[in-house]
Amino acid sequence: MMRDVAIIGIGITKFGELWDKSFRNLIAEAGSKALFDSGISGSELDALYVGSMSTGRFVGQEHVGALVADWSGFAHMHIPAMRVESACASGGLAVRQGYFSVASGMNDIVVVGGVEKMTDVVGDEATDTLATGLDQEWEAFFGATFPGLYAMIATRHMHDYGTTREQLAKVAVKNHANGALNPYAQFKRAIPLEKILCSPMTAYPLGMLDCSPVSDGAAAVVLCAADKAKDYTDKPVKIIGTGQASDTLSLHGRDNICTFESTVYAGKNAYEQAKLTPEDIDVAEVHDCFTIAEILAIEDLGFVKKGEGGKAIDKKITTLDGKIPINPSGGLKAKGHPVGATGVAQIAEIVMQLRGEAGERQVKDAKIGLTHNVGAVGASCVVHILEAI
Amino acid sequence: MADGAVPRFWREIPQRYNLIGNQCGSCMEIYFPPRESCPYCRRKSMGKMKELKLKGHGEVLTYTIIYTAPEHFEGQTPYPIAIIKLDEGPKITAQIVDCEIDDVKIGMRVQSTFRKIQEDGYIGAIYYGYKFKPVEVK
Amino acid sequence: MKEVGIISYGGHIPRLRIRSSDIANAWGKNPETITGGLGVFEKSVPSPDQDVATISVEAARAALARCNIAPKDVGAIYVGSESHPYAVKPTGTIVGEAIGATPILKVADYEFACKAGTAAIQTCMALVKSEMVRYGIAIGADTSQAAPGDALEYAASAGGAAFIIGREKIIANINETCSFTTDTPDFWRREGRKYPAHGGRFTGAPAYFRHIMSNAQNLMNSVNSKPDDYDYAVFHQPNGKFPLRVAKMLGFTPDQVKQGLLCPIIGNTYSGSSMLGLASVLDVAKPGNRIFVTSYGSGAGSDAFDITVTKNIKELPREKAPLVSELIEKKQYIDYSTYAKYRDLLYED
Repeated sequence: MMRDVAIIGIGITKFGELWDKSFRNLIAEAGSKALFDSGISGSELDALYVGSMSTGRFVGQEHVGALVADWSGFAHMHIPAMRVESACASGGLAVRQGYFSVASGMNDIVVVGGVEKMTDVVGDEATDTLATGLDQEWEAFFGATFPGLYAMIATRHMHDYGTTREQLAKVAVKNHANGALNPYAQFKRAIPLEKILCSPMTAYPLGMLDCSPVSDGAAAVVLCAADKAKDYTDKPVKIIGTGQASDTLSLHGRDNICTFESTVYAGKNAYEQAKLTPEDIDVAEVHDCFTIAEILAIEDLGFVKKGEGGKAIDKKITTLDGKIPINPSGGLKAKGHPVGATGVAQIAEIVMQLRGEAGERQVKDAKIGLTHNVGAVGASCVVHILEAI
Repeated sequence: MADGAVPRFWREIPQRYNLIGNQCGSCMEIYFPPRESCPYCRRKSMGKMKELKLKGHGEVLTYTIIYTAPEHFEGQTPYPIAIIKLDEGPKITAQIVDCEIDDVKIGMRVQSTFRKIQEDGYIGAIYYGYKFKPVEVK
Repeated sequence: MKEVGIISYGGHIPRLRIRSSDIANAWGKNPETITGGLGVFEKSVPSPDQDVATISVEAARAALARCNIAPKDVGAIYVGSESHPYAVKPTGTIVGEAIGATPILKVADYEFACKAGTAAIQTCMALVKSEMVRYGIAIGADTSQAAPGDALEYAASAGGAAFIIGREKIIANINETCSFTTDTPDFWRREGRKYPAHGGRFTGAPAYFRHIMSNAQNLMNSVNSKPDDYDYAVFHQPNGKFPLRVAKMLGFTPDQVKQGLLCPIIGNTYSGSSMLGLASVLDVAKPGNRIFVTSYGSGAGSDAFDITVTKNIKELPREKAPLVSELIEKKQYIDYSTYAKYRDLLYED
């Protein structure tokens, strides 16, 4: 029988183009903040997990588990340290692995980090590296790009459900409005609708401002067996549901390209474990790597009916004071998207929300929150449901 | 991604030049690119996957116009790329050529054509394969 | 002697066009003087994803689409071009693979300026006649290069045609072929260079005209024919004027030349030039029609063919592949700056 797991500490770096910070600086900073926040000394740690998508290409460094353990000061403790990869869902997946290790009883306290240093490469290397999450032989080889594949989803979504270019842009407007309130965000500023609508086309119908940026950043959380959590913190947050699912690597391999079945299945598993329904969620951080991705996410997670994601944006039900506030952090769009860090940062944001420590972007009376982290174009997905205890 | 060693591209020539897929001898489902075994029949399909040449006719399911392209495609921007449902069933991602960008529409009938897909700079190998063009109506 | 001839054929012309006037304007020349002087009004341009290999494959596939032969029965493929995508590595292997004719297959790439394609026809004829192969495919295709600002830029275009040569179900008998060759450097491109150079007016009388005239007369002497025995005459067409002039000098009428004269509207497709002209004639030819074809390749040489269309052409489903006229009609114009980008003119030679 699995035991309950709680989050007892979180840490996050500023996201953005952090020219003076290296890969190891970033993850060590986030890890230290998480340990400090958790109240543990550090010697209690049983294991370390780190999610990162492509350290090999971004900084020419593999063997990242050991590196992070070393630079976080745990080399002399010789704790197991491992890196987890699932493209942009690497962070969320690392949290899930950490969760399993504690839930299983093998470990009592583990730290889970997520990190990406994306600005140490030149030219197209950052976008080329992100594209390694696509099917290299049957998508990328033929000229498909990351935004291009999401754009194809948008084209079909617009065709099937009447979703509009304006509705897509409004996702960015909302997330930038939220990001303006987040001290960690890469773009701490609101952007008006007109500016998003007239940003240069990246891949029709998506403009540059429909896309999340290239970012540096890291986040970390400390997980602890729930029955021991109160030994370290007054405000533990329990992981009450976790779900993960996969799908065809290529977008074209799927029967319905307007749905991420990986999201549907990961969400279903997490809801079942938590014995909750979408209506029970007070706040969610979803994977809005492109504006269309947030529309897909809120549909596939069951917050709105399939096809009504665009209208939901118009009705403002996903704003900070809406029925289901989505991406209070600013999301990947405004907060930034250091890919490996994103899934962990989502957890950190929801923990802040459930603790009531989210400052200006605090969602009122948030008790239960959800995180949704997608790998590439939906070939993998991790969903977590958290509850304040 | 044209920077890999040549064998990586060379071994896919049958698929990329001639749309060679395969068919499960158990449930008759057709796959492109060819699969080792049928995802639905699994054990029953072992040794029964038969090579099959797809005709290269299909319909655009969705599309985009790429304005920001990877290095090897920059000279072609803006270019349309689509997910095409082939008449035999499989769906593939490919560029749409030989038409105006505004002519690309969901539901349009297309057929395969042979084009240069990428080249490894000015000195590396050239990689050919399928793109699709509007069906030539007779 | 066994009969040998054309079993099927197919052409390919890239869809992009540039107007001669746009090129003239880019270089500050008077468009009317240029188009009037050369008789070339627009030319085909390959898109960045088209080269001699893709044009050859499309042409060969078009030829196969019109006949019922199994690709594996094709025993030889020869691709003539002066713009093969690789300096070393054959185009023919790409064609062979793309039409499913590999691996029991004879392949080589030819280069003889604009007559490499007709040389390929002669090779295939010999292999077929000697029964070394059942079918041979001869292709002439080019994405010809021209230095920016050079007079060649108005005509150097892209396109090609493929002919399946065989002994059975011949749609057009090749009654006779002959060649005329001398060492005459009127036009060349040195190894490793991107653009060709030429001898200006030297490309005329001692080169194009002497070789075509001599060869054409030799052919007519050898088969004992005269110009009005032919329904159609196709000459190499480096511009819109030369083929009409050489036809007149030989005693052919503009009416005989018209159907095969494509240069004014697609430019000079080099190795594809006389081949596409012949394809255009076969698009409309009827049983019994006699066709006179004379190519020219700088350097210099000419291949001439005396061809008679058979009744089998009525059974050839020509509509199963685009006619040359359809390929010409399907076009999209680009301006000179797009042309410069697509033709890689900004890359230094």
